[in-house]
Amino acid sequence: MDEIVAHWLQISATSAWFVTVGVALLQVALLLAVVMTLVAAATWAERKVAGRIQDRLGPTRVGGRFGWLQPVADGLKLLTKEDIIPLNADRILFRIAPYLAFAPAFAVFMAMPFSDGWVAQRLNTAAFFILAVLGLEVFGIILAGYASGSKWSFLGAMREAAQVVSYEVPLTFAALIPILLAGSMDLVAIGEAQRGWFWNWFVFHDPFTFVAFWIFVTCAVAGTNRAPFDLAEAESELVAGFHTEYSGFRWSVFYMGEYAAMAAVSGLGAILFLGGWNGPIPLASILGLTEAVGPWAGFFGHFLGAINFLMKCVSGILFMMALRWTLPRLRIDQILSMCWKYCFPLTALCFVGVTIWMLAFPDGVLGIGHPKTETGEFIVYVVKIMAEH
Amino acid sequence: MDAIAVFFWLLAALAVAGALLVVITPHIVHAAVGLILALSAVAGLFFLAGAEFLGAMQIMIYVGGTVVLLAFGVMLTARLTFVRMRTTADQWVIAILLAAPLATILLQSAWAYGHLKSAQLSLETKATKAEVVSATDLGLALVGVRPQVDGVNGSERQSALDQTTRDGYILPFELVSLHLVVVMVGAAYLARRRME
Repeated sequence: MDEIVAHWLQISATSAWFVTVGVALLQVALLLAVVMTLVAAATWAERKVAGRIQDRLGPTRVGGRFGWLQPVADGLKLLTKEDIIPLNADRILFRIAPYLAFAPAFAVFMAMPFSDGWVAQRLNTAAFFILAVLGLEVFGIILAGYASGSKWSFLGAMREAAQVVSYEVPLTFAALIPILLAGSMDLVAIGEAQRGWFWNWFVFHDPFTFVAFWIFVTCAVAGTNRAPFDLAEAESELVAGFHTEYSGFRWSVFYMGEYAAMAAVSGLGAILFLGGWNGPIPLASILGLTEAVGPWAGFFGHFLGAINFLMKCVSGILFMMALRWTLPRLRIDQILSMCWKYCFPLTALCFVGVTIWMLAFPDGVLGIGHPKTETGEFIVYVVKIMAEH
Repeated sequence: MDAIAVFFWLLAALAVAGALLVVITPHIVHAAVGLILALSAVAGLFFLAGAEFLGAMQIMIYVGGTVVLLAFGVMLTARLTFVRMRTTADQWVIAILLAAPLATILLQSAWAYGHLKSAQLSLETKATKAEVVSATDLGLALVGVRPQVDGVNGSERQSALDQTTRDGYILPFELVSLHLVVVMVGAAYLARRRME
C-alpha cells in the first residue's frame, strides 16, 4: 500500500520514509477505530444480554433509546475515578501491567484480514502469528496479579497462568485443522479456500471439523477468561481476582483488553472455520461485484465481505456473552481436567480423522465438498514417500 | 535514513535495554520482565527483516516460554513477595571473564559486516516479500520428505542425491523429541508426591 501512496504523491517510495510511517499510522488508526467501536458496543451489549438472560433490567435510562449512551457514561465514570496504587504494590510493574494485557489483544488485528486482501500486514504465517501473540495476554495478567501485592490478585493470577497455558494446547491443535485443510497458514488463503456457498465453510467440511470447531469455541472462551472459565476473576471468591487492586482508567484498560481479545478470537474462529468474509450465499459473485468486473465493483464486493466478517465476529462475541450469563463457573480442577482429558485428546483425534477423511474423500462427499486444495494430493504424496522409506 | 533503519535502531536499543535490565536489577521479577522485553525486541527485528515465521516462533517459544517460567518458576518457588538477588564480587569477575570474549567475537563479526546497509536492507526485505515464501518445505523436511530436493513427481534426481539430503531432518527432529520426552519424564518424577 505504501508504494501506491508514494506513487500517488509522485515521490519515490525508497526516499520517502514518512510515507511508510504515515501509511502504517493510518492503518493503526483504522484498526483502533474498529476495535474500540467493537469494545464500546460490547460493553453495552453485555449489559443488555445479561438483562435478557437473567431477567433483570439492563440500561434503560442512560441517554437515548435502549440506553445506548451507556458506554459513554461508563467511560466518563472510569476516567474521573481516583487512581489508587496500593502501598504493597510493585509500582512500575503495577503501572505497565494493564497495557501489557491490552497490547497483544490489539496487536493481533495487524494480521487479521477483514476481507479478501483487506489486511494491514499480510503475513504468510498469520494464523501462527495470531496464536503466538494471543498467548502473551496472560503475561499482563500474571504481572498485574503479582505487582498488586495482594493475595486475591496473586491467587487469581496463578489460576490464570495454569488455565491459559493449558488451553493454548488444544486451541492451537484445533486451529491446525483448517490450516491442514487449506494447506496454508496465510489467513487470506484460508478464507479464500472456503469461498462459495456455506457448505464450503470448514466447519461443515466433515464431522471431525465440526467437533474441532466446538472445541475451538470452548478453548477460545477459556483463553479469554470469560465465564464459565473466569477463575482469574472469580467475583464470588477472589473479590475480582487479578484486578482487585485496580481502579479507574487502569482497570478500564484490562476491560478493553478482555473485549478486544474476545473480538480477536471470534475473528480468528470466523476465518478458520466459518468462511471468514464469505457469506452463506456468495452474494458478491452473484451480483457481479468482483475485481474482474472493475475496481469499484471489487471494492464493494470486498466491502460486503468485511460486513460479513464483522457480523460473524459480533455473533461470536454475543455467543460468548450468552454463555457467560447462562452457565455457572467451573472449579479449577474441573477446568484443567476438561482441557487435558477431553479437549486435547479430542482435537488430536479430529486431526487424525481429518487427515484420513482427506485421503478417503479427496473430492468431498455428495459432490459438494469444499473447493479442492492441493493439501489432499499432498498428503497422498507424503504418505507414498514415507511408505517408500 | 529510511523507516526500516529507524525501526531497526529502536528495536535494537530495546533489546539491549532489556538485556541490561536482566543483568543489573537485583529484583527477580524485574529481571524476567527485562528478559521478555529483550526477546520480544529480537522477535520485532525478525519481523522487520521479513522473517515472519521466525518472529512468530520467537514469540511462541522464547517469549511465551519465559512467561511460563516467570509464572511457575519464580512465583511458586519464591517464599517472599519481593525476591532480591545479590551478585557477589567473585560472581562479577567470573561473569566478566566469560562475557568479554563473547562480546569481542560478536562485535568483531558485527563490524566485519561493514556498515549496516540500511538502504539495501529495505530493498532485500521488499524482494523477500514479493516472492511466495512458505513454511511447507521446512515442515515436510521435518517429517523426512523433501519435495524441492526430490522433485514432486520425478525420481531421476533422487538417485543423484545422497541419502542424508533426502531424509530431511527427521533424525534430528526425532532426537529432539526424545530428549524432550526424557526431560518431561524426569520433571514428572521429581515433582511426584512422595508416598511414605
